[in-house]
Amino acid sequence: MSSDRRPEIGSTISIQKQTLDTILGRLQAGGFQTIGPRIKNDTLVYAPIEHLSDLPKGYVTEQVAGRFRLINTGHGRYFDLIPGAQSWKQYLFPPRVDLFSLQKSGKNWERVTSPLDAPSYAFIGVRGCEMAAIQIQDKAFMRDDFNDPIYRARREKVFILAINCLRPAGTCFCVSMETGPRVKDGFDLCLTELDDAFLLLVGSEVARDLLVGVPFEPASAFLLNNSERALESAVNQMGLTLDTSDLPELILNNLDDPYWQEIAKRCLSCTNCTQVCPTCFCWDTTDQVNLSGTETHRERIWDSCFNPGFSYQAGGNTRPTIRSRYRQWLSHKMGTWKQQYGTFGCVGCGRCVTWCPAEIDLTKEISALRKETQR
Amino acid sequence: MTTPQTVKPAAVHTDLLLEPYWAEVTGITPEIDGVSTYWVKFADTSIQKSYSFQPGQFNMVYIPGFGEAAISISSDPKDQAGLGHTIRFAGNVTRAVSRLKVGDILGLRGPFGTSWPMKSLEGKDVFIACGGIGLPPLRPALYHIIQNRKKYGKVTVLYGARVPSDLMYTAEYDAWRKAGIDIEVTVDRGDTNWSGRVGVVPMWFYQFRLDPHKTAVLTCGPEIMIRFVIYEALARRIPLDNIFVSLERNMKCGQGSCGHCQIGPYFICKDGPVFRFDALQPFFNVEEF
Repeated sequence: MSSDRRPEIGSTISIQKQTLDTILGRLQAGGFQTIGPRIKNDTLVYAPIEHLSDLPKGYVTEQVAGRFRLINTGHGRYFDLIPGAQSWKQYLFPPRVDLFSLQKSGKNWERVTSPLDAPSYAFIGVRGCEMAAIQIQDKAFMRDDFNDPIYRARREKVFILAINCLRPAGTCFCVSMETGPRVKDGFDLCLTELDDAFLLLVGSEVARDLLVGVPFEPASAFLLNNSERALESAVNQMGLTLDTSDLPELILNNLDDPYWQEIAKRCLSCTNCTQVCPTCFCWDTTDQVNLSGTETHRERIWDSCFNPGFSYQAGGNTRPTIRSRYRQWLSHKMGTWKQQYGTFGCVGCGRCVTWCPAEIDLTKEISALRKETQR
Repeated sequence: MTTPQTVKPAAVHTDLLLEPYWAEVTGITPEIDGVSTYWVKFADTSIQKSYSFQPGQFNMVYIPGFGEAAISISSDPKDQAGLGHTIRFAGNVTRAVSRLKVGDILGLRGPFGTSWPMKSLEGKDVFIACGGIGLPPLRPALYHIIQNRKKYGKVTVLYGARVPSDLMYTAEYDAWRKAGIDIEVTVDRGDTNWSGRVGVVPMWFYQFRLDPHKTAVLTCGPEIMIRFVIYEALARRIPLDNIFVSLERNMKCGQGSCGHCQIGPYFICKDGPVFRFDALQPFFNVEEF
């Protein structure tokens, strides 16, 4: 095959697995910091990767409510593991980010720092649920009437190599939320991992240019068929399901149901679910001040509606109980989010279930609430 | 989402998230114990010229090192020179404000939020029921009514404070009355010199004749007072879409991004603070929502 062809947008090509190294190298040469899944401190994180060999080959994850285990099965696949606590959110909407620093001069305050340049990231391995989460955060941070300059600067530059999930975990329910396992849109490249090859669906001009000179073949009917069958089988391996047919009404019409108190008995209000959630967007600000009060450094940090101070103001605390805070979280995710942004605030990634120390599973809680209200 | 149709002046802010404009404190009017009005002028003259707001809108007031607080604007929208914020010293930011002197600098972003629907109130009787620190966000509306008095019908203010010394803006009542606004006050507890009403705002509704066909009720104050004001208004058959409520919540951004001020589907900072009550009704009686 001649090597200066560019695949068409919408076409699927197949590459040798090690060719992904060439693609990573080109992204890096193009100024992208390549970020992907890798094992660090015995757990799975999204961190800078350089080579294919940095990916967690042979690993899978076992996930149920309140439990996450990394298992090395020794198989030959790079992308067969469902992500851990981290999501891409931390790169587009950083947990802690500088806003500006001020220095007092006389009675005035002067800005002493200029905003940092936004890094160019290439995300390697964005799952269908995660792609949907990014698109949901786009709606919150890049609106007609509000444009978050920090988010936008990062988002507009990002290169996305998406992954079709073929081995869902025990807390996955993307099928119920209609976000996966097949990645729908929004990617530059979408990868399906087969035993001996990667299939790449080309999604953007940037990706076309990137592939000039990279050795590839048009995907054969055999490989395409394999990939379709693997995706069909993934659909049937969802660990959890959620009936969304009566949402958001079920929640919004039952805000005073006694069942919220039942959940509150177990919920620790620890904020884990909101920190791992790839769509949660609430934030707070802090001023770091020097002792003499002449310099202050203003930062934006993640906040959580489970923090007792979240709704605190001079007039009192709007949500002083765990019951009201859990209800706020779930009724936002599965209820009022739809009115705000046209979609649910949940993508079915299952992180809030896996990382809940009290093993609270929102799919089970919603089913239980449904049963309560039908009595 | 139904919120009052209002003209929103574009908020002034820079390209940098949350970077404020600087303003100098030009005057401080002590109102009552623990509450003062801060008069400010933008350091940047072009901002000072272009800044405008509608009655009911608010600014984010920033004290470097302490943070920001959402503060409603309490001055006359027509008075370009004097931008006033009546501030109760209650939290860490507002206590830092209380230490400012004339000539000191603070940060401002705004104006944010929806406003009282002054246009659609024209031709109606306006009944304003407010309590405590709920009066300042309504004062710009009163100034607007006074300047356009003929456009409005009967205008009544029923205002409550905890004790007589907590009644705000008392020096202006005579001028307001002369301008054709009926100011009626009540206190929770009287003192030896008090011969006026004693009791919370909602319990005095019975003294006023509210024509449900042409009265709009505007309310702001403690949430518990608002709740009972609405019961009283509904009991008098005031239609839901003629009741307007201004709410308060913890806010960090003023632009519907930080998530703190949500009530149901609304961000109070951008969909409010002034709501037409029919929009709020589904959530208003849900405890701790």
